[in-house]
Amino acid sequence: MGVLLVMWFGFVLVGDAQNPLAGDAKAAKAGEYEFRINCALCHGLGARGGGRGPDLTRAQKKHAHSDADMFQVISNGIPGTAMPANGTNGQGVGMTDEEIWQIITYIRSQEVKAGAKASGNAARGKDLFYGDGNCSMCHMVEGKGGRLGPDLTAVGESRTRDALIESVRDPSKRLAWGLTEATKEFPQEYESVAVTTADGKQIRGVTLNEDSFTVQIMDMGEKVYSFEKDKLRSFQKTRESAMPKYEVDALSDKDLEDIIAYLTSVGAK
Amino acid sequence: MNDRRRCRGLIAFASMIVFCVTTHAQVTFERLLNSAKEPQNWMTYSGDYSGRRFSELDQINLTNVRTMVAKWVYQTAATGKLETTPLVVDGILYATAQDNRAFALDARTGRPIWMYQRQVPGDIRPCCGRVNRGLAILGDKVFLGTLDAHVIALDAKTGNVVWDVIAADYRTGHSFTVAPLAVKNLIVIGVSGGEYGVRGFIDAYDADTGARKWRFYTVPGPGEPGHDSWEGDSWKVGGAPAWNTGTYDGKTNQIFWPTGNPAPSNRGEGRAGDNLYSNSLLALDADSGKLNWYFQFTKHDEHDWDATQVPVMIDVQASDAEARDAGGKQLIVQANRNGFFYVIDRTSGKLMTATAYGKQTWSEAKDSEGRPIARKEASPTLEGHTVCPGALGTTNYMPPTYDAQTGLLYVTARDQCDIFSTAPQPYEAGHAFYGSAYFPSEEARPYLGFLKAIDPTTGEVKWKFQHTSPTWSGVLSTAGGLVFTGDAEGNLIAFDAASGKPVWHFQMGGAVYAAPIAFAVDGKEYVAIAAGSAVYAFGLP
Repeated sequence: MGVLLVMWFGFVLVGDAQNPLAGDAKAAKAGEYEFRINCALCHGLGARGGGRGPDLTRAQKKHAHSDADMFQVISNGIPGTAMPANGTNGQGVGMTDEEIWQIITYIRSQEVKAGAKASGNAARGKDLFYGDGNCSMCHMVEGKGGRLGPDLTAVGESRTRDALIESVRDPSKRLAWGLTEATKEFPQEYESVAVTTADGKQIRGVTLNEDSFTVQIMDMGEKVYSFEKDKLRSFQKTRESAMPKYEVDALSDKDLEDIIAYLTSVGAK
Repeated sequence: MNDRRRCRGLIAFASMIVFCVTTHAQVTFERLLNSAKEPQNWMTYSGDYSGRRFSELDQINLTNVRTMVAKWVYQTAATGKLETTPLVVDGILYATAQDNRAFALDARTGRPIWMYQRQVPGDIRPCCGRVNRGLAILGDKVFLGTLDAHVIALDAKTGNVVWDVIAADYRTGHSFTVAPLAVKNLIVIGVSGGEYGVRGFIDAYDADTGARKWRFYTVPGPGEPGHDSWEGDSWKVGGAPAWNTGTYDGKTNQIFWPTGNPAPSNRGEGRAGDNLYSNSLLALDADSGKLNWYFQFTKHDEHDWDATQVPVMIDVQASDAEARDAGGKQLIVQANRNGFFYVIDRTSGKLMTATAYGKQTWSEAKDSEGRPIARKEASPTLEGHTVCPGALGTTNYMPPTYDAQTGLLYVTARDQCDIFSTAPQPYEAGHAFYGSAYFPSEEARPYLGFLKAIDPTTGEVKWKFQHTSPTWSGVLSTAGGLVFTGDAEGNLIAFDAASGKPVWHFQMGGAVYAAPIAFAVDGKEYVAIAAGSAVYAFGLP
């Protein structure tokens, strides 16, 4: 369908499509099935957010305010993010316009108006992020910080609060996603790697990319290397995250809430 | 190189010389039946009728494969997954690409000779990509199944349409992605659409006229045997598509064609029963399409485990006592999506053995015939729970290869578990009809991908190579002692067929969803494969 043209008193309004199924309980139910097939992989069953998709039960959405915005986002994806265009994510078979409207109706029916607002102090969270929390040694926000871990500028919007807490308290439980090659099924993850070169030099860091014969690495000093595996004396990769496990004694619940409030405030921009 | 191999190499080389001076001869059924006599050509999807995807060429071999280089690259300009297996006949390579494309190339240089594309209707939504796996060739025509469910004959020299028939209505979810199989004067093709609740079928068309000679519905209608394996009217939308290419036994004039999932794929409620002939291997009389026997791998499937993997015919020597004890000499084997490797007597359809070759949690018992049966707890639930293998299966459409020299079957395998959740989705014509959803279980990460070498007489995995991530590439074996496959990272890799050690690789810059082939032109052997949006050919310097 793309952009709808709506004739109204002789004026042509572009991009202001109305959801023909708005508020229709039957459509919402059909949308729930479609959601499970096409969206739940990232956004979770019940639209409450998965490991890598935002919680869509939040009334405030970064990329789509109106139903028409949402239709565009579902149809065309969001370039530069993991949100694919309709029918290109390898899940499901792609949706008709009617099915997309059903999904939007379902998402609207799941929205919690009083949404779970971050309870922390964002200003203090920023101080912690760049100060005692040591987050910025490895993570960048809005162009400032380290490179060893994922850029967190958008993470407050694209991840659920639970996912953020889990990734700080138990970073190895679910590794972060890095490079996504165009047609590759699974993206590279930030796995920890240790190599010994032919001349005995030891390098530790995270994988940037890898295939069966080569590996690209960033070491702890942010230097980028590329190696042919068969020329290395040793190559060890683990799914233990390079990020330390922040237990409560290292980072209190209050401090973590403040950092999440900071990331959420940046992500919402 | 041993004497046997050297001798075969000389025979192969001699036949190349002969065919260089008789290029562009008609591709007769006899040539297809005797494809082993012309190893320079790759004339069917699997390289021969037996489904072995084995090349007798040995010019590229264990001793020189390290020097292999890229010879040419052809960019298709198509986007998405390129699943095609090219055909090569007398120096011309014929292949397909996404969105109803077909083309012919000079196999020596990669230069196009003709290109064909049929317009894809705007409202089409094929399951799993706008893909195509290849052509069939017979006489002076090549044959293409299209996403909008047409069967088309193209002039092999020009790409012009000779005939074009509509097999089914694409608006109800019918499509073709399969490479057809030419048998006698028939073009055999199976429908896709198991995710739309089609009633599956296998068709045979007269290669000269396009007239349909027979149709076998893979879901029996009222009054037919097997109809009572469906609850109520569920048979009408029962699925059981036939979207991968089968094999053919000239001795018995039987086509062996595999079928896919019952619909809806992940919800068994409403279709109580075995749901014949979903997830089955069918033995059909080639002339009439009449069913001789069937074997159903997964009864009443709720995990989308299509049995559409290429069934490979293997003849075990009578002197092999162990194989004799295993139950017979004329076998047909399949590494199934459900995680088990099945060996079947192809004269009777009787199951010999079923052995797990990958991670599986759905079955812990077998029925009286030796068939693995599902645990009740493996059924999808509303909340969702984890079952292995996942919906993508231990393997999928990617064709395996059988090398009689090593006696091993090589197959792409994946260890991945999925969360299966159910939902009572109603059938609506032309709409997706899953009845549920599945997605990778985060707890089961990382997902592992392998090339596995299976001894078909025992089901034992003799060696395995772990890829960086799971791949969708098929596998080729050659008389040069090599096995070739591609990976998701874009490599074409050659392995020592005996040991599984990688001996050569080339980074092609795009994930592989296709299977390699081998051919020769002017006495020079090539290995070709599609990766990314292109077709690559490799050879010795």
